[in-house]
Amino acid sequence: MELFFFIPIALLSVLLAFGVVFNKSPIGSAVSLIGMMLCLAGVFVIQSAHFLAILQVLIYAGAIMVLFMFVIMLLNLKTAEDTVWKAREHNTLLSVLTGFLVLGLVYKLVEIATDANFGPGMPVAENFGTTEMVGAKLFTDYVLPFEVASILLLVAMIGALVLAKTKTD
Amino acid sequence: MVELEYYLILSGILFSIGVLGVLVRRNAIVVFMCVEIMLNAVNISLIAFDRYNNQHDGQIFSFMVMCVAAAEVSVGLAIVISMYRNKPTINLDEFNLMKW
Amino acid sequence: MLQLAWLIPLIPILGSIVCGVYGLKLGKDKVAKIACGGPILSFLITLLVLLGFLLLPEGVHVWEQILFNWIPVSDFVVQWGYQIDPLSLVMMLVVSGVGSVIHVYAVGYMYEEYSFYRFFCYFNLFLGAMLILVMGNNFLLMFIGWEGVGCCSYFLIGYYFDKKSACDAGTKAFVVNRIGDFAFILGVLFIFNQFGSIDYTTVFSAAPTTLIYGSETATMICILLFIGATGKSAQIPLYTWLPDAMEGPTPVSALIHAATMVTAGVYMVARCNVLFALSPLSMNIVAFVGGGTAVFAATIGMAQNDIKRVLAYSTVSQIGYMFLACGVGAYTAAIFHLITHAFFKACLFLGSGSVIHGMHHEQDMRKYGGLKDHFPITHITFLVSTLAIAGIFPLSGFFSKDEILFHSLMDGNIILWGMGVTGAFLTAFYMFRLVFMTFYGEARYDLTFHPHEPSKIMTTPLVILAFLAFFGGLLGIPLFHGWHVLHEWLEPVFHVNPQAIIDYSTQHMIAEGHHVPLFESLTHEPSHNVGLEVSLMAVSLLIAIGGITAAYFFYIKFPNLPDKVMEGQWGFELVKNKYEVDERIDEYIVQPTVEGSFYLWKGDAKVVDGAVNGAAQTIGWFSKLASPYQSGFVRNYALFMVVGFLAILIMVY
Repeated sequence: MELFFFIPIALLSVLLAFGVVFNKSPIGSAVSLIGMMLCLAGVFVIQSAHFLAILQVLIYAGAIMVLFMFVIMLLNLKTAEDTVWKAREHNTLLSVLTGFLVLGLVYKLVEIATDANFGPGMPVAENFGTTEMVGAKLFTDYVLPFEVASILLLVAMIGALVLAKTKTD
Repeated sequence: MVELEYYLILSGILFSIGVLGVLVRRNAIVVFMCVEIMLNAVNISLIAFDRYNNQHDGQIFSFMVMCVAAAEVSVGLAIVISMYRNKPTINLDEFNLMKW
Repeated sequence: MLQLAWLIPLIPILGSIVCGVYGLKLGKDKVAKIACGGPILSFLITLLVLLGFLLLPEGVHVWEQILFNWIPVSDFVVQWGYQIDPLSLVMMLVVSGVGSVIHVYAVGYMYEEYSFYRFFCYFNLFLGAMLILVMGNNFLLMFIGWEGVGCCSYFLIGYYFDKKSACDAGTKAFVVNRIGDFAFILGVLFIFNQFGSIDYTTVFSAAPTTLIYGSETATMICILLFIGATGKSAQIPLYTWLPDAMEGPTPVSALIHAATMVTAGVYMVARCNVLFALSPLSMNIVAFVGGGTAVFAATIGMAQNDIKRVLAYSTVSQIGYMFLACGVGAYTAAIFHLITHAFFKACLFLGSGSVIHGMHHEQDMRKYGGLKDHFPITHITFLVSTLAIAGIFPLSGFFSKDEILFHSLMDGNIILWGMGVTGAFLTAFYMFRLVFMTFYGEARYDLTFHPHEPSKIMTTPLVILAFLAFFGGLLGIPLFHGWHVLHEWLEPVFHVNPQAIIDYSTQHMIAEGHHVPLFESLTHEPSHNVGLEVSLMAVSLLIAIGGITAAYFFYIKFPNLPDKVMEGQWGFELVKNKYEVDERIDEYIVQPTVEGSFYLWKGDAKVVDGAVNGAAQTIGWFSKLASPYQSGFVRNYALFMVVGFLAILIMVY
């Protein structure tokens, strides 16, 4: 039953990932990425990581991708400027090699995953991956990293402000 | 019950696609998106192992990854904007500053 | 009070730093105060330490002060520590005492010279290094002092660095000393190899049961150490630097000859007496080299006309006496002569300095004559010291030289005694030749200028030293056994227990099937034949008077005689040219070395530089190959990362 949901979602996410890479316009890429994120949220749900699935939708598909959209709009990039996927004239060989390299990477990763021979997973409780469970973990064992993460976000916010603001004087 | 391997394979494939994107695209924003794909691919692995081992640590880690991704994207896009101001393009072939 | 010992070398060194760094700002008077205050303070502290040492409980003869671990390398630990024992105390007193007097004199002598502060910077450092040398409790610390005095002598001999001869003399002193230093450090390494330690106490207490009597190892160590001593103490064959060292200002010569530097070799041999006791062969070498040098240098001294050069050869000759004494095992006599020599030689040098000062830096004795009225104090003190060095009763030199002669006859053999007596005669002759040519006879200088006695600051040291030269002999009147203060004082240092050596060595030699020697040099009991000693004293006194009379005849009575007699004699020419040793060394050693160095340089430029440049070019070529991959595009770097990542994956899984 799980497999029944998993295979289409997985295929769709791979397809959308290719969409991100090979789409001509940045907007197209972004839209594909949003789609891929949503698919992955589905994968998370299948893995009964409900809380993370929601975060995936809210943060990634929502906040982060909106930011991407904003920037793309702000810069008003024309598709012509980024002449999409096309072997670079003076570096055909390099591109082909890159392709092979990535294929090799996929092959090796898949090979490692299939060779590992994992047994069946442990049975999990009914409330596995709920907000309650993750939250309890987050505020007990991982409270320090959690606070550090908040500082990280604060720093990133200030950094982004400093970097992006125009010099007005 | 889907085997762990399927998730790992999905994760690997998505990661490789992300790598491919980083390597071949010249648009800085799209390169960023590909980095996001790679991060997400790793999240899949983390969550799959979590479920497999019946624990929550991997989920916390994914959570942290999301935090880092958010921070990274905000700073990164700010950098892209300032790059664009500096030189009205975000084509990475125009930026070979690493040479010095 | 013994705890203050660490200050003794430190004070002059600090003084040196202050003079060197702040000398220009402080001005001459303050520099002079600091420079003289340091050594005098050291001397006073030495007296306190002496007092503390005397208050030590009965039977304690060594007191060590360990300041810190200097070089701790696993089981090889060198400590920075000072050893206070009778020998080092004697040396400390001589070095700091005579050194202080010379410092005071130098203030007067150098006052008109340029870079006054630089002079005192080196001077204080010199004294500090010498104090480290005599106080150190291990061979490496001695080596530090050893190198320190060598280095300072280089600075001071080349003090007039705008004069080429002075620079050359400095370089020569340094290079010749280096040869000796090399042998010395080899000897120290050998000692470490044998004993696993370089501390005096460890080495000397272990020596009788570690080294076999008369073995090659013992001889090797002793000879290496002795070569070091010949370099520092200007003995054959490494004596050539000392006469040239006269290029430095006169107080420097006084300091080098009297208080520091040249006595270092004697001190070292005396310090290592246990090792030398194990090697009769090297004892003989020491004795013969010493005796040979005593005669050899004295003959050269007879024919020199430069007042300082005569004194320089006289020092070489007197140090030869000390080694002669060491070689026959009469270490006390050697140290005794070292002390008295420090007094009268310092006085002689300072006296010659005040003559040179008063004669506007004229050093040629042929242009002196009849100066005794112009230099009353210098004349008296100089005469006292000359009588002392010539060995006239009852001045200090008489006792010390006589003791050496006595021991060389009793403990050595008739040849050594003959050398000593010949040396004594020659010494009396050339020293009085010097006195007569300088202070008596007709004035041969330009009568238009008036020689003048220097100021009080220069004459007071002369008086002090002349006083010491007169009465210094009271330290060790050799005639009456038991009166010999110095001998009893130094007894703990020079006492070797022959039984331990004999037992160990006999056991080993039998085990190895060697012939067991008679241990003559160890079992030999020093004899005290009072009648013989008195008659020997009379002989040496007569010889000294004979030398003086000869000088009187040649230079006062018949001043034209020397020229007539010596004219055209090949022997005289040879002596006058210092046996042409310098020329031969230059021809057979220096020139080939220079030529060889030239070829080595050529070879170096081709082979070594070629290799280095070739390596650099190869790397440059590889860099050129690699540089296209440094494209500056982040993407390319990412590509290489992925390649590496994949490679790791393939390798690990």
